[in-house]
Amino acid sequence: MAVEFLMPSLGPDMESGTLVEWRVKPGDVVKRGNVIALVETSKGVIDVEVFTDGTVLKLLVEPGTTVPVGAPLAELSGTATEAPPRSEGPAATPAPAAAALHAETREAAHPVRPGFKASPAARAKALALGIALEGLTGSGPDGAITLDDVARQAASVTAPPTLRDVVAKAMSRSKREIPHYYLSLTCDFTASQAWLERHNAAASVVERILPAALFVAAVAKAARALPGFNGYYGDRGFTQAEAVHVGMAIALRGGRLVAPALLDADRKTAPTLMAELRDLTARVRSGHMRGSEMSQATITVTSLGEEGVDVVLPVIHPPQVAIVGVGSIVVRPWVVGGVVSAAPVVTLSLAADHRVTDGRTGARFLAHIRDALQTPETL
Amino acid sequence: MNTMDVESKVLTLFLEVAPDVDAGQLERAAPFRDQFDFDSMDTLNFAIALNREFAIEIPETDYRHLASLKQAVNYVRNAISGTAAHNASSSLPATRSP
Repeated sequence: MAVEFLMPSLGPDMESGTLVEWRVKPGDVVKRGNVIALVETSKGVIDVEVFTDGTVLKLLVEPGTTVPVGAPLAELSGTATEAPPRSEGPAATPAPAAAALHAETREAAHPVRPGFKASPAARAKALALGIALEGLTGSGPDGAITLDDVARQAASVTAPPTLRDVVAKAMSRSKREIPHYYLSLTCDFTASQAWLERHNAAASVVERILPAALFVAAVAKAARALPGFNGYYGDRGFTQAEAVHVGMAIALRGGRLVAPALLDADRKTAPTLMAELRDLTARVRSGHMRGSEMSQATITVTSLGEEGVDVVLPVIHPPQVAIVGVGSIVVRPWVVGGVVSAAPVVTLSLAADHRVTDGRTGARFLAHIRDALQTPETL
Repeated sequence: MNTMDVESKVLTLFLEVAPDVDAGQLERAAPFRDQFDFDSMDTLNFAIALNREFAIEIPETDYRHLASLKQAVNYVRNAISGTAAHNASSSLPATRSP
């Protein structure tokens, strides 16, 4: 059975993408997870994986072509009909991690719906260009969509928004829709720092661990332990995600920001997460993000410690419901057992969605992270 | 290996770690952090690349001596000329923590 490989949604605000390069040709056998194409979006060039085993039958789009999310890119032989990140929201229960994220772009997978008012020429053109007629405003008789309307849409999708536009849209939506509440907690980092120094002094340079890996590991464990922080808020309310994919806000040179995910972070140790984080950062900065990493974060961590700030008051990435901020690790007076001494401390912050959790639960969540950082050897 | 060879290799490795940087903009003595928003992850990747290329051990406490192209070239040159990493770094102006 032939299945279509569609332009994936690589983020909640992606409307179109440009095929840069095919990594396969007709006749090639592919396995789930293989990178088969490079697609350029406003976030840069992303490696796109296939979500089914099969054989490539036909490539439908030439490199250099910009097509909307959901438009067919290739035909494969196989059995799966839908890539996981684009799964049918209502049908998938419990919803896979990314379902809500992509629900709004789902419509685009059906370029022509029977009974839609559009001229035959417009339908043919839309089909040829892979443009969804839904959402277009018709300028013809009775609001019918004309050839000109399709051409206008085609022109607009060839100019994808910049990364700044994407961030602006997501953050505006977040501040408009999500009732944030904020908490912060200053934690003793002595145990973690001592562990890192011991580990790193003995380790070869490739095995050294940065504090970021400990923070990701601790947040992932808290996200698994306490419900209400890991998942998505959609039209049907909050859905707890089964897997914990921690989005890591990574600054790109030139002031751009992306938050690709460390997949299944709750099931990995800090050394493993460090290796993945290092690989991820290097790939993101050199323009080799993978589609699955771009679209699947269930909670996000943002660290501005290296910039010298004490506390981060972050903005939730919709449709997620929580983001943890990490400030600088600084030496401050700290009282233990009635004695003041100098200790490395770090202030963790939480911005969470008040529709899902409240301050008391949020406080427990931060305390869980703090406690995990006291036993870094278990992370 | 002379200083120019070391410098050109160190520069190549730097550009592998930060391929999005315009090499023409690089100021030899200015810190990478100030010029290119170099962070701890970039520094670690740079140290890994230098370790691999020149087979030198770079303790975490020596990362500060890799802050600019000029510093990194000096550090590598001292390290491969038979001076131990510790001596190479302590011969530099920056002070080491105990």
